Amino acid sequence: MSGATRAEVCAVACAEAWRGDGEIMASPFGVIPTIGARLARATFAPDLLLSDGEATFVAGCWAVGAPPDGPAEGWVPYRAMFDLLAAGKRHVMMGPGQIDRFGNVNISAIGDFARPARQLIGMRGAPGNTVNHPTSYWIPRHQPRTFVPRVDVISGVGYDSAAAAGPAATRFHDVRRVVTNLAVLDFRSPGHRMRLVSVHPGVSVADVIAGTGFDLAIDGDVAQTRTPTAEELRLIREVIDPDETRRGEVP
Amino acid sequence: MTEDEVVARLRPGMTIGIGGWGSRRKPMSLVRAILRSGLRDLTIVSYGGPDVGLLCAAGKVKRLVYGFVSLDSIPLEPHFRAARQAGAVDVTEYDEGMLQWALYAASLRLPFLPTRAGLGSDVMRLSPELRTVTSPYADGEELLAVPALPLDAALIHLNRADAAGNAQFLGPDLYFDDLFATAAEHAFASCERIVPTASLLAEGGIASLRVHRWMISGVVEAPNGAHFTSCAPDYERDEGFQRVYAAAAADPEQWASFAAAYLNGGEADYQRAVAARAAAARAAPS
Repeated sequence: MSGATRAEVCAVACAEAWRGDGEIMASPFGVIPTIGARLARATFAPDLLLSDGEATFVAGCWAVGAPPDGPAEGWVPYRAMFDLLAAGKRHVMMGPGQIDRFGNVNISAIGDFARPARQLIGMRGAPGNTVNHPTSYWIPRHQPRTFVPRVDVISGVGYDSAAAAGPAATRFHDVRRVVTNLAVLDFRSPGHRMRLVSVHPGVSVADVIAGTGFDLAIDGDVAQTRTPTAEELRLIREVIDPDETRRGEVP
Repeated sequence: MTEDEVVARLRPGMTIGIGGWGSRRKPMSLVRAILRSGLRDLTIVSYGGPDVGLLCAAGKVKRLVYGFVSLDSIPLEPHFRAARQAGAVDVTEYDEGMLQWALYAASLRLPFLPTRAGLGSDVMRLSPELRTVTSPYADGEELLAVPALPLDAALIHLNRADAAGNAQFLGPDLYFDDLFATAAEHAFASCERIVPTASLLAEGGIASLRVHRWMISGVVEAPNGAHFTSCAPDYERDEGFQRVYAAAAADPEQWASFAAAYLNGGEADYQRAVAARAAAARAAPS
């Protein structure tokens, strides 16, 4: 089996977000996070719950874009999903339009909210997700337009905003990890500022700095993101994404 | 009732909730009837899809209350975007769980329900009328008090109903249709087929009967009434038609011809045009 592509490294980096989460729902948005969640469950996180994207928890491991082949485990209409997210039994990975150094994200509108330059999808569940359960982000293009000093609208709550809102906002707040086409980042630094954890093979720290519109916390030598194992590559290529839809997100 | 009879019960300036979710099981025939009416200055409450887009495009909307507006397979709703980017409508943008709480509080005749959702986000900056509430118990947590959102009317579309208003969903998710109905002074349900009460359990189990006649003021039989949104298992979303809609919505000239083809007549004209388009697509598969 040949070496891993960047998309495959990204999928494994997304999968790693759910490592150790136990018996909770993994909610991936986007192709690479979806591959990552299924890969995590098929390997090191077997207790994760996965939805068919509609209203059913499904067992097994199935291909992106195909109907699930595993048996149904449970019925999760949106109402049940809202209940389980408030119970903290979920770790979502969303795709923001903007993100800042404290992990505030914007999926609502670019520009002045009263009359935005670009209306996005709306708050959706981002405010509730971020103060109720672990949240990670997937950003397929690491660029200054996305990594901004201040987001125009705070949809997903970052560390500074949660702290300003008080204990009820910080109690279950946990912005876990940011995976991009270049790197893995988290907020485990003094003051919870975004920290560069690892760069993907073939990417330099300078590349990441150039793609980020604010100063990153960088302590010492930056590690390289781990590469997929042979078994992970087999699962990605033969089982989870045989049609290579991952290349559409990370060429 | 007919769609037009439902719309005759509505008034300009009303707050109207619309059931479904994104581009799924929307009461589109009722929305189309509003497009044909003289109603205006409406406050529309919705987990938004093309219902919101069409009403914005027709200039019917004064204020939108929503958590998101999306066509699902097409993430962004072009008419909604255009209305927002022109500053043409006032908006209350909530977390989607807050919207559920607002409808639930109204349904239970409570002034508010507490939640963590919204704390620390710009939901509170953008809706400065929102207040927090401090738990009277030992935890003393300060939570967001989501105000009840009573509706003047609600419009929902389900798979089956009896003539009295007992309505049934046969798809994977009721969404929040029951809460829209119970938050409303008057709720109107359209359905794919009106059946005798004794037949309601023929196609779904007892748990599919979640909308009861005490919630519903009128029933409309509207076959294909959710088109072009999905109404599983009766039909899936008409993705081809939705693509045509979205492309037309992004261009004023194309929109005029789309409206002429599909929206300027009555519901029967719409359904005829849709059927003709489907027949043509079958004859010449792309």
